[in-house]
Amino acid sequence: MSVTQNTAERSNFLEIRNLKKEYTAGNPILKGIDINITEPGIVAIIGPSGTGKSTLLRCINRLIDPTDGQILFDDADLCLAKGAQLRKLRRQVGMVFQEYNLVERLTVIENVLTGRLGYMSAWQAWRRKFSQEDINTAFELLDAVGLTEHAKKRADSLSGGQRQRVGIARAVMQNPRILLADEPTSSLDPKTAVEIMELLERFSAEKNIPALVNIHDVKLASRFAKRMIGMSNGIVVYDGPPEGITDEHLKQIYGGESWLV
Amino acid sequence: MNTIDHHWQRFTLKQKLSRYAVYLVLVIAFVQSIQSVEVIPEFLLDAPEQMADMFSRMWPIDFAYYPVAVHDAMVETLNIATLGTLITLIFAIPLALMNASNIVNSAWCHWISRFFLVSSRSVNSLVWALLFVSIFGPGVIAGVLAIAFRSIGFVGKLLGEAIEEVNMGSIEALKATGASWMSILLKGYWPQVLPAFFSIVLFRWDINVRESAVLGLVGAGGIGVVLDDSMNLFQWDRVAMSLLAIFVIVILAEIVVVNIRKRLI
Ligand SMILES: Nc1ncnc2c1ncn2[C@@H]1O[C@H](COP(=O)(O)OP(=O)(O)OP(=O)(O)O)[C@@H](O)[C@H]1O
Ligand SMILES: [Mg+2]
Repeated sequence: MSVTQNTAERSNFLEIRNLKKEYTAGNPILKGIDINITEPGIVAIIGPSGTGKSTLLRCINRLIDPTDGQILFDDADLCLAKGAQLRKLRRQVGMVFQEYNLVERLTVIENVLTGRLGYMSAWQAWRRKFSQEDINTAFELLDAVGLTEHAKKRADSLSGGQRQRVGIARAVMQNPRILLADEPTSSLDPKTAVEIMELLERFSAEKNIPALVNIHDVKLASRFAKRMIGMSNGIVVYDGPPEGITDEHLKQIYGGESWLV
Repeated sequence: MNTIDHHWQRFTLKQKLSRYAVYLVLVIAFVQSIQSVEVIPEFLLDAPEQMADMFSRMWPIDFAYYPVAVHDAMVETLNIATLGTLITLIFAIPLALMNASNIVNSAWCHWISRFFLVSSRSVNSLVWALLFVSIFGPGVIAGVLAIAFRSIGFVGKLLGEAIEEVNMGSIEALKATGASWMSILLKGYWPQVLPAFFSIVLFRWDINVRESAVLGLVGAGGIGVVLDDSMNLFQWDRVAMSLLAIFVIVILAEIVVVNIRKRLI
């Protein structure tokens, strides 16, 4: 089966079945999550602090090992993947972090290029043997996020918003089948936050892939998301279009009502 | 009503007593040690005289001796220091990696690496030199190995600590791209550790220049051999020449290191 055929036939991007995670035995954080991602576009995950949103995203690319359940991705179960197979699956999952997590002492363009590390040997990485194609893509991506003139600067000389753009470019550089973003806008001002969401929306549309975004700002979430997932106490309590979220739902997700204006 | 006690003293009674106890112990220790080293008053009294005598013999410094023997020995000393520092890295880098808890997550590995690092540091370089002289015979090889083994602990410990200070967020991000362990090491850890690495190695090289200057006293090559020979022959003007050369090279090493480090940061 050829690769193109594969994507054309693909009916779903990611299927999470009965996912459970306990950091300490007997104290489940995720208590059986079922999510089926069938369409490209932004999926916003909302929920109170400590409910396990980060845990969920980090289970998907196995920065955390789930306790039980299945994560079906690219015809494989991510929960069972190990070693080289795990790395192969990981490179198809791009991740954007709240604290950007760039390698500060490398240049901006090199940070974008690290998105290709999963496709290279360590020896090639050491010798900076990126293919010309990768280098071209990296510059195109930098152009797309508006940082062309910063390419040769060190990452630690950028502002937060600029760093997050680099973070997104790095994730897209992986040529991922799905994007994960853990509170990508929480450290940024409202205007920059919108710009970052626009970038995520744009790349998910261009690449025709879904982007799972953990986010605390419900308004911002409903503005960009095609689908909202509300989590509370380790389970999914709402899953549907943003328009369908009522104050009742929000009360159920976050508890209390005094904060609802 | 104010029930808060505003009375405050720097030390409680118990702390005061223990402080006095410490002072007392210090005084006793001092008196004890003076008695046990058996300072001979006559020797102590004519020390200034002896010193003046030695300096008068050192002067004028025998500069002519520099091209004859000092120069080559000095170059040898620098070579011992540099080669020793480089060989150290072969052992210190793996030990540092093993010792860093954010790279290897195994108590066993930490104990093993710590054992080697501590052993290396707890043996003085002169003792290492004596050991290697008895294995390889007198000469440069013994000096190089003495310097190398002495430095492993220093470089390995500091490098391990520098590794533990890297930002783990960046490391996680590279892991998430599907990078292999080695790629993460090279592209995540290394760029972050690089300034500390060069700083540590240069600092150690600077120390090693000084240490290798004395290794010759136990036959491990370098300027120390020349120094030792002249002393044994009471050629104080030549001793002075060697000491001056060591002094100059130490200052130069210091200047070089300071300048390179400035550029690194
Ligand atoms: N490495 C860990 N070890 C033990 N417990 C953890 C660990 N990481 C997270 N937890 C616990 O798991 C729970 C969920 O954490 P998580 O970070 O997933 O929440 P979150 O929904 O992302 O919260 P926030 O909105 O504040 O980011 C918390 O109670 C947290 O204390
Ligand atoms: Mg979180």
